[in-house]
Amino acid sequence: MLEVHGLQVCYGAIQAVRQVDLEVQQGELVTLLGANGAGKSTTLLSIAGALKSSGGRVCFEGEDITGISPEQIVRRGLVMVPETRDVFADLTVKENLRLGAYIRRHDLVGFRKDIEWIEELFPILINREEQAAGTLSGGEQQMLVIARALMSRPRLLLLDEPSLGLAPTIVEQIFRMIEKLRQSGLTILLVEQNASQALRSADRAYVLSLGTVAAAGRAEDIASSSDLRAIYLGA
Amino acid sequence: MLSDLLQFSIDALTLGSLYALMALGLVIVYGILRLVNFAYGELIMVAGYTLYLLGGSPLPWLVMAVMAIVMAIFTGIATELVAFRPVRERSVTAVLITSFAFSTLLQNAALLFISPRSRQVPLPDLFSEVVQIGEIIVPVRNLVTIASTILLLALFALILRRTVLGMALRAAASQFRMARMVGVPANLIISTAFAISGLLAGVVSLLWFGRIGSVVPGIGLEPLLVAFIATVIGGMRSLPGAVIGGYVLAMIDTGFNYLLPQDLLAFRDAFTFSIVIFILLWRPQGLMAGPATGQRT
Repeated sequence: MLEVHGLQVCYGAIQAVRQVDLEVQQGELVTLLGANGAGKSTTLLSIAGALKSSGGRVCFEGEDITGISPEQIVRRGLVMVPETRDVFADLTVKENLRLGAYIRRHDLVGFRKDIEWIEELFPILINREEQAAGTLSGGEQQMLVIARALMSRPRLLLLDEPSLGLAPTIVEQIFRMIEKLRQSGLTILLVEQNASQALRSADRAYVLSLGTVAAAGRAEDIASSSDLRAIYLGA
Repeated sequence: MLSDLLQFSIDALTLGSLYALMALGLVIVYGILRLVNFAYGELIMVAGYTLYLLGGSPLPWLVMAVMAIVMAIFTGIATELVAFRPVRERSVTAVLITSFAFSTLLQNAALLFISPRSRQVPLPDLFSEVVQIGEIIVPVRNLVTIASTILLLALFALILRRTVLGMALRAAASQFRMARMVGVPANLIISTAFAISGLLAGVVSLLWFGRIGSVVPGIGLEPLLVAFIATVIGGMRSLPGAVIGGYVLAMIDTGFNYLLPQDLLAFRDAFTFSIVIFILLWRPQGLMAGPATGQRT
């Protein structure tokens, strides 16, 4: 479904991503692991079109999407939830969700149906519908950005560190929700620092180090290979 | 005394309405791009010359007015296409220069093709009529200015709150990149902001020329300056702030008009700017804070 070949991304003179090759099959949950600064978020942002790559190719459902603008990539069914948890702070929760459905803004029936679905997934958000998103707690904001991304009905979801800085009970909730989404057939590429959690849910894993893929394989294998854990996951 | 107060209120509200619209037109673009459109005053100039050029025609004034507004909107969008879009992603300096250049280009076009001297714009009879309220006599155009501003501001607020495009504009003002990542096209948002800026400039021009009666090539400087100061007072990135800033600035201006003795009136702007400095010392970020966070786009 997603194929990344030889991706390179630079911030000025610094090359954050040197050579990343990865692929995600339909229906899979793939996790991208690695220490701080390994290039995980940069890789995701570049796949989603928010950062220009300086080399390599990204293909989504057989089509080359390298260099396409983020808004066009969303239209193709690939949406990213950045780790910065960028809710539209001055807009209400409901308005955030409306904008999440921007690419289907004329489909009001579908919108209402999706709101019901979101209500099931994140009951807490619906109670706060009219509240400004900036006043939500960190965990609620994380749920809102994921819910907002889902409103576009993506086929591939890129999740960047959904558990970052959240209380353990909320992290558990979020992982349960990821599990549910995956069971509903959504393909997910998940970046996590919380490696053990991520490896428990994922089918396959890639380990990034200094902007290159240092290891790749089935999640169980990565989890059990002790040297990798020692070097990249700090376990 | 009471009639003085009424007179002052109407004067301050009239001027404030104009300033508020001018400021709003500038800040709608600044809020999203974090860039001042220095060619903003020329939108008002273009609308003025459109009125002048249509002046001899048998068209009803309202049709001319609509055409002037349309020309201002068109010029606003053209500013974006010519001065902003090609260099937007390069550097702030580049956009500063191109927007100055576009402003100069338009002014020089007016000098060259029309005239360096001022030209009368056609105005409806309504604009020269007066009404008596209590003991004071008020020009109808002042009441028209206040009423149309309130109407326009209400409409504007409604669009921003109730339409998806309005939500997208508000979202883009705080999180431009994120707005794109939910699928809102960057160019659509920016063009819309420039079009709204043009619409506001067009309406301002009708009301402004209603007061001064004629257009010259350099006419855009004062509105630009006023808009800039009002937005600085109100808070550079807040839309309500721009409106409040406009009214505050007008109140200070009008106040000095009333209070200063005749021989000091020539220095009114110096007094006004002193007050502005005090306001900024008190609240350096402006009266209203803008939306949270946001990098330059």
